[in-house]
Amino acid sequence: MTDVTLPSAAKGRSLWADAWNRLKANKAAMVSLWYLLFMGIVCIVGPWFTPHDFTTIYQDYTRVPPSLSAYPKADAIDLAVKDAVQRSRLELAGWEEKDGKVYITVTSAKPIDPRVTRYIDRSDVFEGAQVVETSDDKLKMTMSADFKHEYFFFGTDNNGRDLLTRTLIAGRVSLAIGLLAGLVAVVIGVLYGAVAGFSGGKTDEVMMRIVDILYSLPFIFFVIMLVVFFGRNFVLMFLAVGAVLWLDMARIVRGQALSLKRQEYVQAAEALGVSPGGILLRHVVPNLLGPVVIYMTLLVPQVIILESFLSFLGLGVQEPMSSWGVLISQGAKNIPSATWLLIFPSFFLTTTLFALNFIGDGLRDALDPKDR
Amino acid sequence: MLRYVLRRFLTAIPTLFVIVTISFFLMRLAPGGPFNQEKGLNPVIKANLERVFHLDQPLWQQYLLYLNNLLHGNFGPSYNLPDFTVAELFADGLPISIQLGGSALVLALVLGGMLGIVAALYQNKPADYAVIATATAGSTIPTFVIAPLFQLFFALTLKWVPVGGWGDGAFVNKIGPVLTLMLPQLAIVARLMRGSMIESLRSHHIRTARALGLSEYSVVIKHALRGALLPIISYAGPAAAALLTGSIIVESIFAIPGVGRYFVEAALNRDYTLVMGTVVVIAIFTIVFNLIVDILYAVVDPRVRYD
Repeated sequence: MTDVTLPSAAKGRSLWADAWNRLKANKAAMVSLWYLLFMGIVCIVGPWFTPHDFTTIYQDYTRVPPSLSAYPKADAIDLAVKDAVQRSRLELAGWEEKDGKVYITVTSAKPIDPRVTRYIDRSDVFEGAQVVETSDDKLKMTMSADFKHEYFFFGTDNNGRDLLTRTLIAGRVSLAIGLLAGLVAVVIGVLYGAVAGFSGGKTDEVMMRIVDILYSLPFIFFVIMLVVFFGRNFVLMFLAVGAVLWLDMARIVRGQALSLKRQEYVQAAEALGVSPGGILLRHVVPNLLGPVVIYMTLLVPQVIILESFLSFLGLGVQEPMSSWGVLISQGAKNIPSATWLLIFPSFFLTTTLFALNFIGDGLRDALDPKDR
Repeated sequence: MLRYVLRRFLTAIPTLFVIVTISFFLMRLAPGGPFNQEKGLNPVIKANLERVFHLDQPLWQQYLLYLNNLLHGNFGPSYNLPDFTVAELFADGLPISIQLGGSALVLALVLGGMLGIVAALYQNKPADYAVIATATAGSTIPTFVIAPLFQLFFALTLKWVPVGGWGDGAFVNKIGPVLTLMLPQLAIVARLMRGSMIESLRSHHIRTARALGLSEYSVVIKHALRGALLPIISYAGPAAAALLTGSIIVESIFAIPGVGRYFVEAALNRDYTLVMGTVVVIAIFTIVFNLIVDILYAVVDPRVRYD
């Protein structure tokens, strides 16, 4: 018998390295992953870089359409001038635009106080108002003012708030709720399902009957009751959402746990005297992780939809905070006159949901051993 | 079979009882009441109102009273819509919701089923990808996005249909609600049908049918479809119950006077009887459709027997 020199064993690939390789080959999932990352960064960092705060109200710019060029537009100047002069209780004699400044001439029956410039400054359109000349009887005055240039890339809402900033802030809220509520649901579901599956017998039966009963209650009723109980509170909101969505997770994990318990390698480990904790860590958790990860990525879009749905009904996030559902519901009420209020948030929400679904599908293909 | 149906009806009673009990106490545990308005009602009037509706009695008495009324088919008056009883509200709204939901369900099953079959027959070809893309879009874009976008394009821009309203059931008024109700269901049906059809086409009896030289039509429609129907049927049961009892989103966006909006409105106003009525109606629909599903199982798949 001759010695056979074995070729040096190829470096083993772990389940996760293997899955990652296959996920990388999935174009839709990878594009979605980058898109989601981009969306997350834009929503988290973006609001600090937009020129407006999400609560700032621009009274002179309510419902202005999205534009890449700066406001004020020509027709808005006339309106703003008339508005400001009216507030100062003077007569407008005329105004003109020259060298990027506006010159406003006003008259009055009584002598004009030079402090009226502050009425002009108070407008969202002008700043740095000064008196240029006053007639000798002080009944006529000309003021100059600079334009305050504002950018509203996504337009503004009914209250004159910048939609771009609000959409990004809403994205923060929606994504955060999606992740946190998803996590809550997964933690509850995994613990519940694992306990039921491993205990088996009576405990299992009772625990799963409870799940069945919760299932048979109308879903919306359950959610609304939770909202009614917890009030319209931001943090409790997503705890409630998470607490509703754990049922599926519990069933999946229980099923997995039941089948794992009977696997030969688990029985072998038991026979070899491995402690229950060791079995749990070495065999059970890694095997549960796949379905849990897949389910969680599919759960996050569900949570975002549910939160948006509740916000759409006015039960979710409250003003001045915002979520995509809140924005879409405002958009839906304004479609005849302000389509951008619907289009931008819908685009953000829908693309994010698509990305999450593609990642979920990709993960399922990558982690499901049946496909190999 | 008849015995099975009877037995199922009998086991439905305790289920219904549990659901009614849980929702009754859950609803009552919530803070607030039907007559706690923001402005504050005159305490004397409030006390009178509560006495009229027996809300001043201990909770267990109210519970027994409600159960007794329910057994006699009396859903009670609505607290927030005092001119109507709960039964009247449902008599007015339910036909509308059933009409819209039923149309959406039938369309989703027929169209979704056809799309799924086409996708399965042309697996991994352009037609398949087109169906998958439609299904992905339909199941990803939420209804509350689709519905306003539909209004924007078809009602406000193209002016083909009215923006909303029931219009005494005019056909054009139903297009929007039915389509938006249908789309997510169609997506799921198409996806389910594609999957189960692919599996069914691979099975031995289909190979035998092909070997016998049956026409492609006969193979697909008579033999493969029958085996592929089971997942669709089990999906269609709960979906039917949900669709026929109205959708709050679609009904509120299209201003449809169905029963979908009652649930949320009533729960927020603590309109106890209306909430309970809605729960009972939804539960009955769910139970009945689950039963229909189980009967259809036996019709479609002779291996399923209930004895």
